[in-house]
Amino acid sequence: MKELVIVSGKGGTGKTSISAALAFLAPQKVLVDCDVDAANFHLISGAIIRETHEFKAGFEPRVNEKTCTHCGICTKLCRFNAITNGVITTPLNCEGCGVCAFNCPDHAINMQEKQAGHWFVSDTRLGCLIHAELGLAMENSGKLVSKVRQEAKKIAENQHLPLIITDGPPGIGCPAIAALSGASLALAVVEPSASSMHDVKRLVDLVSHFDLPLAVCINKSTLHSENTQDLISWCDHNAIPIAGQIPYSNIFHNAVQSGKTVLEMPENSEVKDSLIKLWHNLAARLDLTD
Amino acid sequence: MLISIASGKGGTGKTTLALLLATAYSNITLVDCDVEEPNCHLFLQPEWQNPSREVTITIPHVNSSLCNGCGTCSAVCLFNAFAISGKTALLFDELCHSCGGCLLACPKDAISEEQKNIGTLMIGRAAAHPGIHLVSGVLQVGTPSAVPLIKKMKQETANLTGDVLLDCPPGTSCSMVTAVKDSNFCILVTEPTPFGRHDLELAMNITRLLQIPTGVVINKSDAATGDEIIEALCESRQIPVLAKIPHSLSFARQYAAGHISDEFRTVSSSIWNQLKTERGTTK
Ligand code: SF4
Ligand code: SF4
Repeated sequence: MKELVIVSGKGGTGKTSISAALAFLAPQKVLVDCDVDAANFHLISGAIIRETHEFKAGFEPRVNEKTCTHCGICTKLCRFNAITNGVITTPLNCEGCGVCAFNCPDHAINMQEKQAGHWFVSDTRLGCLIHAELGLAMENSGKLVSKVRQEAKKIAENQHLPLIITDGPPGIGCPAIAALSGASLALAVVEPSASSMHDVKRLVDLVSHFDLPLAVCINKSTLHSENTQDLISWCDHNAIPIAGQIPYSNIFHNAVQSGKTVLEMPENSEVKDSLIKLWHNLAARLDLTD
Repeated sequence: MLISIASGKGGTGKTTLALLLATAYSNITLVDCDVEEPNCHLFLQPEWQNPSREVTITIPHVNSSLCNGCGTCSAVCLFNAFAISGKTALLFDELCHSCGGCLLACPKDAISEEQKNIGTLMIGRAAAHPGIHLVSGVLQVGTPSAVPLIKKMKQETANLTGDVLLDCPPGTSCSMVTAVKDSNFCILVTEPTPFGRHDLELAMNITRLLQIPTGVVINKSDAATGDEIIEALCESRQIPVLAKIPHSLSFARQYAAGHISDEFRTVSSSIWNQLKTERGTTK
């Protein structure tokens, strides 16, 4: 079983639209949306949620008002200014470290597992999709990313599906790290813009950390031809294969508006051809026979 | 006045708006809190004031001659940052939250604390726009949390008198919350698509949780299909739409090349005017 993870140094480069187009083209696969902070894949694929699961991670303190003597030791020890004399005054500051609970002389504080979000299994027009929603202001998105990937693997194994297509999280932080580890191929979606080209260099640093095969897809390649040329020579110089170039087009915007993949839209064969070519290149790299 | 610019997700035009607002006003501090992928400096070409500073966090250090491998530290660390290997404790520092719990708990006093570098902070004046002061931070690749670095950058601007604009990290998780927290006003940037609406709603939940007055700017506003999808949401939440920035290919091209076009100067001055009213109520 192979896993293709689509990443970008930053959001807004067209990662989800390209993931959806690849999902439309790939015959047998499981889909994963690893952007647990702001998942969008379910919107473009017409997802109908089949299963909802709770995701628990981290801890939060519960103070027993009867035993707390308001001695103030917790206030003194908490490095995050979250608790004052046994009252959680700024819950958003709490890291869930348990220093207050472990050092309370009256054992008035308990650490309890925290509800941190949900993950879902959905049926979509493009196949089975695993996605998630992290609770507001929660951390642990890396753990939730690992969770959805793990569930997708189980489904792919049970149904003998040869491919997992993962719409990765933006950035290079812990969710991106969690999405990339152990993948078969990372596809970086880059635009020929000053900022996107800057971001991809940091992304390549991260991917090389993991020693993963990497390919680049240049999206909106006609937006700035000079930058596109620079990007191509930069890739050549760093021995990074370019799996595809997609011309700039409004069709992406229109497709999102109508909740469709670009390939389901009526017009624009140029963009469609470039996406089909991208898919063939990736399938060859992933060694997927037909 | 501390104004944060955020969005549920990257790529909606946060940096674009931050730059538009910064260049339309004189004497402003722009803080690029997107430390995973800072981009503001690419447009402003700042002359950095030397030296750039290293930002550190406190992590435990185990003195192996005192440690007997009793395992107390690993039992109290709720982030699983400690493992016991043979007769000594091993720290996985990227999991540590610097709470100091292990230090308090170790019965052998084998733990002390030391500083670990997580990134750099730079301050400079924009060569391209001398009225703009830029505070920028770069997180070291492989550092899981941006929160300590963002906190440092905000401390850096805490005593400034002028207006401060924060270009926040994308998303709605802890680093975005750290950046948005304590601001006097939050501008949420969005696009008039189902994706934009979905992410905007998440971001609105955060500013409501933090009780920060909020306004929305619709980027790539679409005359053909209209912006109802966003306007309806704003109306139901009673959040004003401050401005609309139409989609413009020439603007996108200039932006791609690293220039801030002044095509939308009137839009930014209208936003500033609305912020001034807001400032009257906050200060
Ligand atoms: S608690 Fe102290 S003595 Fe015990 S394993 Fe940890 S560092 Fe070593
Ligand atoms: S300081 Fe806190 S988070 Fe870090 S290792 Fe010690 S107990 Fe764990």
